[in-house]
Amino acid sequence: MSSELFTLTYGALVTQLCKDYENDEDVNKQLDKMGYNIGVRLIEDFLARSNVGRCHDFRETADVIAKVAFKMYLGITPSITNWSPAGDEFSLILENNPLVDFVELPDNHSSLIYSNLLCGVLRGALEMVQMAVEAKFVQDTLKGDGVTEIRMRFIRRIEDNLPAGEE
Amino acid sequence: MADEALFLLLHNEMVSGVYKSAEQGEVENGRCITKLENMGFRVGQGLIERFTKDTARFKDELDIMKFICKDFWTTVFKKQIDNLRTNHQGIYVLQDNKFRLLTQMSAGKQYLEHASKYLAFTCGLIRGGLSNLGIKSIVTAEVSSMPA
Repeated sequence: MSSELFTLTYGALVTQLCKDYENDEDVNKQLDKMGYNIGVRLIEDFLARSNVGRCHDFRETADVIAKVAFKMYLGITPSITNWSPAGDEFSLILENNPLVDFVELPDNHSSLIYSNLLCGVLRGALEMVQMAVEAKFVQDTLKGDGVTEIRMRFIRRIEDNLPAGEE
Repeated sequence: MADEALFLLLHNEMVSGVYKSAEQGEVENGRCITKLENMGFRVGQGLIERFTKDTARFKDELDIMKFICKDFWTTVFKKQIDNLRTNHQGIYVLQDNKFRLLTQMSAGKQYLEHASKYLAFTCGLIRGGLSNLGIKSIVTAEVSSMPA
């Protein structure tokens, strides 16, 4: 039941952002930033609750994201497909996206990526575990596609930078 | 579902987002609180529609307030209101001793003045819920000590 609270609150947030910022691109950026901030904190909560160990490679990471994280927070289990030959890109396919229950995109907001918060969350959370990734929506049920698809691309492993002068 | 953590984080983000996009000044503070309250209002309206689809008609105002304190609060914050007082003339005081949205903040006087930002959304939530049940109301909140 409380997932509706989250869905409705998210809807109110996006509506407010659309009013504050004139164009969709700015709203998308803002959602991504907010998602990032949420992600860096969510990862701690996730690690505390789920007790998963360190992932050894990107494939394991993908599995944990889809089967544990999404299930825990949104109650859905997306499927993982479309691995690139180098193993550094994959797609998360969400059959139904709980964020968009009750939502319709009006025509004048066709470039709005409604669920962009999710991309930010994924980016922020993974950065806290030393992985720089890029996440973006390639299909969206709100725009008429059959499923929602997020493409995740591994950029690099983040090394801890020692401050200059300390070796 | 560990949905609660997600909602808490989203709510905190919303509060800081709204304040960041506004500039300094007393006037702005009021406007931000209004924005948050209005968001809560819309959410409250929607939520109450979903919750009361199958419940019986409410007998009177007090019945509605009891519903808010027990079922509504439980669904949103996973606990009931600790104390309900009324003067039977239209004023109701709901007391929550461990308000979920504030438990994450440190206890003590330091952040007391900022607490009102975090309450605006919830005030809107209650006002929206009541409005869809046919009651026009004004909801204000007060924090005497964290996290109450």
